[in-house]
Amino acid sequence: MRQYETVIGLEVHVELATKTKIFCGCSTEFGGEPNSHTCPVCTGMPGSLPVLNKQVVEYAIAVGLATNCTITQNCKFDRKNYFYPDNPQNYQISQLYLPICRDGGIEIALENGEKKTIGIHEIHMEEDAGKLIHDEWGENSMVDFNRSGVPLIEIVSEPDMRSGEEVVAYLDKLRMIIQYLGASDCKLQEGSMRADVNLSVREVGAEEFGTRTEMKNLNSFKAIQRAIEAERERQIDLIESGEKVVQETRRWDDNKEYSYAMRSKEDAQDYRYFPEPDLVPVVISDQWLQEIRDRQPELRAEKLERYKSEFKIPDYDAGIITAHKKLADIFEETTAICHLPKKVSNWLMGETMRLLKEHEMEAEELSFSPENLAKLILLVEDRAINNSVAKEVFEKIFGENADPERYVEEHGLKTVADDGALRATIEKIVSENPQSVEDYRNGKKKAIGFLVGQTMKATQGKADPGMVNQILAELLQ
Amino acid sequence: MSLMSLTAVALGKKIKAGEVSVTEAVQAALDAAAAKEEKVNGFVTVDGERALERAEKVQEGIRKGVYDSPLAGVPVAVKDNMCTRGLLTTCSSKILGNFVPTYTAEAVANLERAGAVVMGKTNMDEFAMGSTTETSAYGATRNPWNGEHVPGGSSGGSCAAVAAEECSYALGSDTGGSIRQPSSFCGVTGLKPTYGTVSRYGLIAYGSSLDQIGPVAKDVTDCATILEAIASHDAKDSTSVERKDYDFAAALSEDVRGMKIGIPRDYLGEGLDGEVRDSIMAAAKVLEEKGALVEEFDLSLVEYAIPAYYVIACAEASSNLARFDGVKYGYRTTDYEGLHNMYKKSRSEGFGPEAKRRIMLGSFVLSSGYYDAYYLKALRTKALIKQAFDKAFSQYDLILGPAAPTTAPRLGESLSDPIKMYLGDIYTVSVNLAGLPGISLPCGLDSKGLPIGLQLIGDCFQEKKIIRAAYAFEQTREYQHSPLA
Repeated sequence: MRQYETVIGLEVHVELATKTKIFCGCSTEFGGEPNSHTCPVCTGMPGSLPVLNKQVVEYAIAVGLATNCTITQNCKFDRKNYFYPDNPQNYQISQLYLPICRDGGIEIALENGEKKTIGIHEIHMEEDAGKLIHDEWGENSMVDFNRSGVPLIEIVSEPDMRSGEEVVAYLDKLRMIIQYLGASDCKLQEGSMRADVNLSVREVGAEEFGTRTEMKNLNSFKAIQRAIEAERERQIDLIESGEKVVQETRRWDDNKEYSYAMRSKEDAQDYRYFPEPDLVPVVISDQWLQEIRDRQPELRAEKLERYKSEFKIPDYDAGIITAHKKLADIFEETTAICHLPKKVSNWLMGETMRLLKEHEMEAEELSFSPENLAKLILLVEDRAINNSVAKEVFEKIFGENADPERYVEEHGLKTVADDGALRATIEKIVSENPQSVEDYRNGKKKAIGFLVGQTMKATQGKADPGMVNQILAELLQ
Repeated sequence: MSLMSLTAVALGKKIKAGEVSVTEAVQAALDAAAAKEEKVNGFVTVDGERALERAEKVQEGIRKGVYDSPLAGVPVAVKDNMCTRGLLTTCSSKILGNFVPTYTAEAVANLERAGAVVMGKTNMDEFAMGSTTETSAYGATRNPWNGEHVPGGSSGGSCAAVAAEECSYALGSDTGGSIRQPSSFCGVTGLKPTYGTVSRYGLIAYGSSLDQIGPVAKDVTDCATILEAIASHDAKDSTSVERKDYDFAAALSEDVRGMKIGIPRDYLGEGLDGEVRDSIMAAAKVLEEKGALVEEFDLSLVEYAIPAYYVIACAEASSNLARFDGVKYGYRTTDYEGLHNMYKKSRSEGFGPEAKRRIMLGSFVLSSGYYDAYYLKALRTKALIKQAFDKAFSQYDLILGPAAPTTAPRLGESLSDPIKMYLGDIYTVSVNLAGLPGISLPCGLDSKGLPIGLQLIGDCFQEKKIIRAAYAFEQTREYQHSPLA
């Protein structure tokens, strides 16, 4: 049996987080009434002209710098010509001849601990198309141009990946970098990050690449992994049975775990690219570049080091927290309020991660406020609530961003810390359970657990466990 | 005598002085158009109601002192490729036969801010593709000097309307000579500014890197005054340039002493009509007598300008005209099956033959495998032509030559031989390729009684030199009104 190697390159589209579109002043906000965020420019009205949004260039440069690319200081836009109703001008303004970033790469860490660099061929800026809405009952299709002109960058990797694991590690890293830069929220499900997979197989040791296919419609990391596995097998089956892999674009159906051919290279369109005459070349001065470089936010590696030195949290904690910008943001904001970094870290690594997993959520989807987490930590610190109550309250913070102070108050969860009342309760329990007292005094130290349990039951869990233990120890002496 | 026989500036003065009301001025234009359109067909749309309504508002504005422009209240005709809010804008094409823009082109908006009254939209070659105004879907415009002849193109409607005195002045657009050549054929003055001087926002693009809006009027004073009103740095047009010298009328001086003027020998060779040549040389002599230093020189590369121009302009046009697809606005075929059939039929039925020819030519030169051989080569040629002009302007203040090799051809003569029509652009296209300003002004009539145009070309941003020399020449002769005036 021959051994095959998978060769994968990715084209990743990322929707940039600008407030306005790439070539006009319309809002990029998601979910407005159809065609409410439009103007003559983004609907392709005759005579309208594009004007480049500077923020798009700055984001593209920021991503380029963070992925070790060379910045093209004199870059240009080109027109890609094709007819489709969601494309109002019937050309897309993109970059072919002089993309803004070239020749970069990022390092990924594999599960076996090895590190590998994935090359980035180029990053270019372009505009998104509108959205077609097909009338299910009638024969009409409608166009919503709200998304038309939303800025995108396309990050084209080198064919450096060899497995689904590497692809996911690369995408994860890319997403983290872009989120750290604030250039995009990179949500795969909502389409603000979209990846097309170019894949070919070849015999291990072969020099030449095999014929590749391009896979589209991959909406999650899981779908990407499934599609890679399926496409690898499909191509190997073809080769093993003496057939040829056809260069084509395929569409993945994640429900059926199956892909089908959309178009082959033969009927590939000729996009007739040429320099966009309505835009002047983008000249990026050394000074501008330096300004963007100076403004680059702290990326993960720097943040990780800082957390260790500034907050004295362990390597392991810093690693997990900085893996997601959202977690890191919550960590810093919460710590700034309660000044208990290790406690904050514990909540994030323990309960937060557990609940994320339980609800199958991504860290990006966290919506509770750092204020509420800080309040919770301070309640525990002041012994106003005990740990088991705190966990219960945290679920409310996690789920509905509840105010822990009010929640504890409203549900009467405050720790019974009044020495006199607690002492009376424990005295009663001691007198009601002579057998346990006897056992304890005879050396069965475990018997104290039963008495603690009885006390917690009697106080509905609100007693401070430390205090219960202390009083019991005194009474049983 | 009609108010339309006055220059725009002269009429503006009368309006300012209260001798003539804005309504009277606009009514005079509407009356003239009503009387002459049957013979000229210079307009696609005349909207009298809209113009008279606007006239009252402008009159009120003048009374309140809102407008201080010399053009306040003066009626203007606008080429039908400039968007005018609420007013049909067809590009003389069937495909935009029902297109009413939601916004106004910046150049027109600038004029309106100066108090101009738009009376209608002028006929043109379809999408500005042509040199005769015969490719219009709304019938050919006729030359006011002789109805058997074309007015030139593509701004033939604007130039004919000015020559026939159906308006005080007009706006045209010039991609390869579309203001200068019809100005020459119609015996009026037309100025193509430096690329980037007048905003292209709202100008329905033909060749985006070459298109430029400019004035068409009876004399140089009007052109300088109109240019002053329409030129602006517009943030909505990325190719718009911020200039320091918007006071073009300040250059209206007769003094050309010491000005160095070069005549390219390449412009005087084969193909140039003898009468045109004599007239141009006589004009050069006049400028020499006024103190300019005139000599002949070799410009070089002139023969490459036309192929380079047609490759670049058609390539851009093939993409610019892609948006006319029947989906969003404009003409859609009535009977179709599916999307592609709708595209195909709408475009096949909506575009005329010359537009189709240029779309196909442009698509071809951009096709994979041909791009380098045609489009890229044309861009290189363009750069070399610019260099040749740079060299010329290191020696001369202005270049002088004819605007066209002949006077206006007869109707129907050009369309039968498009290559010959394209070759007629020889003296104008290189100016667009190099982004230079140029003017055409009347310098005589040929034996058939048809006007001849003198072209003066300046270096980038040297409109003032052009205006000075043109004004000086103009002072030596009387304005000749066309027989239809």
